[in-house]
Amino acid sequence: MAGARYIADPESAVAQVALDGLSVLFHAPSGTTHVLAAPAPEILGVLREGPADAAELLRRLRARFELGSEAGEEAIRARLDELETAGLVRRA
Amino acid sequence: MRHGLDLRIGPVAFRIGSAWPGPLDALAKLYAGYPTPEDGLCDFTVRLEPGKPWRRFVRPSVAIRGDYVLPDAVPMVLAHGLLAAEMGMNLQMALGQKSYLLLHAATVEKDGRALLMTGESGAGKSTLAALLGERGWRLLGDEFALLDLVSGALHPFPRAVSLKNGAIAVLEAEVEAARFGPRLEGTPKGAIRHLRPNADALARMDEPARPALILFPRFGAAAAVRGVGQAEVFVRLTQASTNYVALGRRGFDGLTGLVRKVPALAIDYPDAETAIGLVEDFRRELAA
Repeated sequence: MAGARYIADPESAVAQVALDGLSVLFHAPSGTTHVLAAPAPEILGVLREGPADAAELLRRLRARFELGSEAGEEAIRARLDELETAGLVRRA
Repeated sequence: MRHGLDLRIGPVAFRIGSAWPGPLDALAKLYAGYPTPEDGLCDFTVRLEPGKPWRRFVRPSVAIRGDYVLPDAVPMVLAHGLLAAEMGMNLQMALGQKSYLLLHAATVEKDGRALLMTGESGAGKSTLAALLGERGWRLLGDEFALLDLVSGALHPFPRAVSLKNGAIAVLEAEVEAARFGPRLEGTPKGAIRHLRPNADALARMDEPARPALILFPRFGAAAAVRGVGQAEVFVRLTQASTNYVALGRRGFDGLTGLVRKVPALAIDYPDAETAIGLVEDFRRELAA
């Protein structure tokens, strides 16, 4: 069974700047600023390509990045939960 | 208002009105030599009024009012009217300034390179800025740094330096008496004495400076220096800003631009002379 699907705001709605290995992100719809550690910025990046569940996101991430062995759907789901709480992704 | 004073400090014009002449007389003396707004228009209005109408005469207490008001601001005794006027000016800036990103920081400049010092109350930034301002640096301000969101420059806002407790005697030993305001005892922050910045700071109040170093000073420990990562600098500066949230995307772009371009250090220091020695070392390194 497919897991919950998520969407992220388009690139035009956010400003993102890399600072010393972390990313700071301004989310225009809410006016809030967030500090993100990897892999959250990467998840947001691939989620902007279209709605996806954790399994699909993992496929997209593997296609673009060298992922360690610890990267799994479970870890992606945990990050998605955090991003949803922060208001940066929502259920599709 | 019965009594009024117009004053320009850097790019900001204030109109201060008062129900009593005393605070404005003290303010006019402290701000001797400051320009008045060229066009007669003021950005912010500060009003010192009786907390209750009869309070103008009976045990007078001063309520700070203005364009922006904090509902729980406590009325102050009239003897501290000068402090009330200063606090009122700070409050209007902190709540109302939209043209610049406002950082609660002290700024000094030498050879075109500005040093931005920020930290919690008691970190010693006012004292250090005031001392550096007497020792060959130009004081841009001890309370607010005004970051230009377009050019990335820092604009001077050289209001009177607010010296507290032990810092008062330190500066009294270096500066002529005529530049000090009255010593105010028993304020919420202890003893306070205001110091008018020197003639160079006033003459160049329209001359912005390029930020070259961000410093997080902390008073009270043995001398130590450590680098601060950009993300930490960014977060600390959002916390030091009074209007970052209100500025939205402009504030984010301006602050990330500053943090990416300008190196940052945290210093611990046991006394002002040690801190000044460190600052001079940094200046020489930046110039090299």
